[in-house]
Amino acid sequence: MTTSLETDLCGTRLRNPTMLASGVMGETGDSLLRVAEAGAGAAVTKSIGLEPRKGYPNPTLVELDDGYINAMGLPGPGIEAFGEEMSVALKGGIPIIASLFAAIPEDFVTLAVRMQEYGASAIELNLSCPHAKGYGMEVGVDPEAVANIVMHVKAAIDIPLWAKLTPNTHRLLDVARAVEGAGGDAIVAVNTVKAMAISVEARRPVLFNRTGGLSGPAIKAVGLRCVYELYEAVDIPIIGVGGAETSRDVLEYLMAGARAVQIGSGVGRKGLGVFQAACGGLIRYLEENGFSSPSDIVGVAHVQ
Amino acid sequence: MFSKAVKIEQRVEEGKGITTLRFPMDAKVRPGQFVMVWIPGVDEIPMSVSFIGALAGITVKEVGEATRALSSLKEGDVLGVRGPYGNGWHLPPGRVLCVGGGVGMAPIMTAAEGIADRTRVDVAIGARNAGEIIFEERARRASDDVRTTTDDGSYGLKGTVVALADQMMKVKRYDVVLGCGPEIMNRYLLKACKDNSVPCQLSLERLMKCGAGLCGSCVIDGLRVCADGPVFTGEQVERMTEFGRWKRDDAGLRVSL
Ligand SMILES: Cc1cc2nc3c(=O)[nH]c(=O)nc-3n(C[C@H](O)[C@H](O)[C@H](O)COP(=O)(O)OP(=O)(O)OC[C@H]3O[C@@H](n4cnc5c(N)ncnc54)[C@H](O)[C@@H]3O)c2cc1C
Ligand SMILES: Cc1cc2nc3c(=O)[nH]c(=O)nc-3n(C[C@H](O)[C@H](O)[C@H](O)COP(=O)(O)O)c2cc1C
Ligand code: FES
Repeated sequence: MTTSLETDLCGTRLRNPTMLASGVMGETGDSLLRVAEAGAGAAVTKSIGLEPRKGYPNPTLVELDDGYINAMGLPGPGIEAFGEEMSVALKGGIPIIASLFAAIPEDFVTLAVRMQEYGASAIELNLSCPHAKGYGMEVGVDPEAVANIVMHVKAAIDIPLWAKLTPNTHRLLDVARAVEGAGGDAIVAVNTVKAMAISVEARRPVLFNRTGGLSGPAIKAVGLRCVYELYEAVDIPIIGVGGAETSRDVLEYLMAGARAVQIGSGVGRKGLGVFQAACGGLIRYLEENGFSSPSDIVGVAHVQ
Repeated sequence: MFSKAVKIEQRVEEGKGITTLRFPMDAKVRPGQFVMVWIPGVDEIPMSVSFIGALAGITVKEVGEATRALSSLKEGDVLGVRGPYGNGWHLPPGRVLCVGGGVGMAPIMTAAEGIADRTRVDVAIGARNAGEIIFEERARRASDDVRTTTDDGSYGLKGTVVALADQMMKVKRYDVVLGCGPEIMNRYLLKACKDNSVPCQLSLERLMKCGAGLCGSCVIDGLRVCADGPVFTGEQVERMTEFGRWKRDDAGLRVSL
């Protein structure tokens, strides 16, 4: 039997189930290209909006032993200038997934249509950034608002539509069902967990924005729980994200029910070799246990 | 690492608008690495480590709000420091020419001091004028051949430090040149090294936000200055289409240098 890491995600073919998470090295075409060279199965862009945005002043990042807290504030060049970055990124030969943020459905539609023109393989709606006022999580915790956005965007594009959700709500499953009901093709879970760091010496929060989003191994247990619950709540594919940086982490997400796994903080903590290392361990595990594909173990943790 | 609060133990004015702050630091630092320095309520910016050891240091040139706030701190004031980050210099065996322009001497000085054999390292220090020449005495303790230039001729030779380095390469044999300064200086230094067939390493600067290889704001072509650099080999720099021409602004838009 031959074992392959090839993965199908609602029609998008990936050479392996690892993917770069949005916001990490995804602001420029050349760095997306490097992620492709480093072995990722696909790469998600930084969340792009209509206009250029500077993001927050520094400090925008706090480094912890087991992760980061960031409040970048969604910096980005805006959709117009991003076309050039996309054309460079596409040279990497892997699917480029366009992450988008906006406040109203019409703007999401405008952005999605442009990204489809630019050659994106799928759209990922960022409905989950915990630290940018008026965007992300502020829209993403209301099932009706989310359904409305998904419906509008879905009607305007031909490529698959993914929705990235926040764990910072007790309504995660309602929001996910709303995405599925409105025609969304996949759920990405999770974005960062809203968090804070305080400096005793300075007697103030460290981040300029005061609060930010926690990522890395510190949130893996939260991500796994969300994916596990989502797997039982919806039938569309789930993409796991949160603290994955080894093949074991990827296996845990697959077993919880994820079809593919995104890696963000792992790129900073382990370096760009994180994708190849995770894939190497994954294929060894599959071979040793007689599986032919990652899809064989998706959701196996849901024992009766 | 969490931004660690450190108390400033020593403050030294090195030159006009150039100040060294010394503070205790446990983390091990290699020459050429940098730290992210947090001035609470103001900003967090990258600074090369200019003194390595238990009493570490940074050397700040005032160019804007954050560097002005940093320079105005006094002994006993508290700073946040996280890092070190970046690759640092690769110090090979053989003869080394260290070339520093202005406050670019900060990471250059730790390289010169990182080479134990003083006959193996020469130092060329350049600045716009006499007031901005820093670390000359320190360099003389680390090397037998230290030369200085100023653009206006107010100290040392009149001319650019690249012209001086070019001269030195023509007269003496070097196995590697290490350079840090304004991008225009780095560009001409790269060319001079090529003309003289001497390999070089250059320490580069770009806008840094996270400092930790995540956000991508500091990229030159696909390379992150904070994580893949700040030191790049001459061959790497030559392949960079953005070097000497473009940088990225806060929004990630390409703007000319
Ligand atoms: C890896 C690395 C190491 C560094 N090491 C040192 C160091 O050891 N000592 C030191 O003094 N500086 C160093 N810098 C540069 C320093 O980080 C910037 O000067 C600082 O961030 C500027 O902040 P500001 O708020 O004072 O100025 P801003 O308000 O950001 O800028 C004010 C003005 O200064 C100009 N400016 C901004 N950045 C620079 C720059 N890098 N060089 C020249 N002009 C600039 C701007 O164009 C603007 O006109 C380093 C930078 C990097 C990336
Ligand atoms: C510096 C940084 C920037 C991020 N920017 C975005 C973003 O623009 N859009 C988004 O949907 N998620 C963003 N995220 C969240 C990640 O995509 C991911 O959901 C989260 O970090 C958890 O995964 P990880 O533990 O592998 O990092 C960002 C994360 C980090 C650390
Ligand atoms: S400053 Fe964020 S990647 Fe370099």
